[in-house]
Amino acid sequence: MQVTVTVNGEEYTRDVDTRLLLVHFLRDHLGLTGTHWGCDTSNCGVCTVWLDGVPVKSCTVLAVMADGHAVRTVEGLERNGTLDPVQEGFVQCHGLQCGFCTPGMMLTARWLLDHNPDPSEEQIREAISGQSCRCTGYENIVRSVRWAAEHSTVEATK
Amino acid sequence: MRPISYSRVADVGTAVGTVTADPASAFLAGGTTQVDLLRIYVEQPRRLVDINDLPLRDIEELPNRGLRIGALARMNEVAEHPSVIDRSPLVSQALLLGASPQLRNMASIGGNLLQRTRCTYFRDVSTACNKRTPGTGCAAMDGVNRGHAVLGTSDQCIATHPSDLAVALVALDADVIAEGQRGRRSIPVHEFFLPPEDTPDIEHPLDHGELIVDVEVPPAPDGSTSLYLKVRDRESYEFALASVAVALRVEGGMVVEVRLALGGVATVPWRARRAERMLTGQPATTENFAAAAREELAPAVARGMNGFKIELACRTIVRALETVAPDGAR
Repeated sequence: MQVTVTVNGEEYTRDVDTRLLLVHFLRDHLGLTGTHWGCDTSNCGVCTVWLDGVPVKSCTVLAVMADGHAVRTVEGLERNGTLDPVQEGFVQCHGLQCGFCTPGMMLTARWLLDHNPDPSEEQIREAISGQSCRCTGYENIVRSVRWAAEHSTVEATK
Repeated sequence: MRPISYSRVADVGTAVGTVTADPASAFLAGGTTQVDLLRIYVEQPRRLVDINDLPLRDIEELPNRGLRIGALARMNEVAEHPSVIDRSPLVSQALLLGASPQLRNMASIGGNLLQRTRCTYFRDVSTACNKRTPGTGCAAMDGVNRGHAVLGTSDQCIATHPSDLAVALVALDADVIAEGQRGRRSIPVHEFFLPPEDTPDIEHPLDHGELIVDVEVPPAPDGSTSLYLKVRDRESYEFALASVAVALRVEGGMVVEVRLALGGVATVPWRARRAERMLTGQPATTENFAAAAREELAPAVARGMNGFKIELACRTIVRALETVAPDGAR
């Protein structure tokens, strides 16, 4: 089945099997390997991307369901060579170790900050509760998101 | 996942007609449970009919101060909607305590009501499960059943109903509005969830191809205070071990009206009518709350690892009632 999906502002048309998951469409068909593939059961959250402006787990969305819709991946966070404050925050606060959960964490963080520019630690922890990190114990991830909140030089992006 | 055909429909009539005509087909909404179940071969339709384009996403205020919630409205949309927060805070609280933001952005209200149990044996096709494959037995009876139900069970099935929203809806006497080949009908939510008895595979009264289009939520009783209290192993992104939806009206220290429903402990969202009857007209005291909780849990049946839920449910009921009672309780 042919699908056309707008990813990070660019339209892609591909012929796909109806069983294909959105995470595999992004990684294998478009080569956007920033989106990671983890538990495959919608638990771990590493595959989180935006679908029509909200974070969802792309291992639980069929690629055909995204036909005609807009997706944003971690590759779409940076703007014109400038890192998003969330990305900068993860750099500054050591928000990652192995990096496996990082793309999903950052996309959820961007969405949180767009809706709540000054979140409390508790609100950050609630927002990322659907995403597992096995390295950091979450402390530095929370600090990274707070850093981004305090250094929000760029406008909230869509 | 098996090979599967996929199509989209733009109106309810076509959706109902398409699925009704093909026994091997299924509606597809947010997919957050369904895509998982397709992948692990628990559900094996040959055709998916994507209903996400149907105009069933509105949230309307009804003249009776209630709400009509479109079946395709997403959990987060409903939870954060000003009308829902204003008129039905119990629904908003229950939704926000379920799943995680990433799932709530995708999961629909109709799908939430029809989600399948998280019983690990139901989801493992190599084990016996009367709900998944009738007549094969129940591996949970003597298995790892810490999360399983103590109320509404049968010797066929002890799977817990997973929805938080449904518990709030049962407390509020909501109606599920469904459309099928025979037209539109309204099903009181307490008749919508069927206990397992001898047919645990039959979970609701909908015909194949009949589609939930709306949920109508009446207001909580006048003058009542409501709360959804959920107790679980971790504070977020976890199913309930015990949960309570309560709306309580107390006047002059006496319980005038009380609605009480339980989640996490029963095979269906459990309306605690025994406790309600016992409390109504009685002084709003901790002692009476505890007696009513024990009365509700009296028929509970523990199996192996889940006996703790009986005491936990009692304590959760008492804490919920104390929290909404004026000045706590005496």
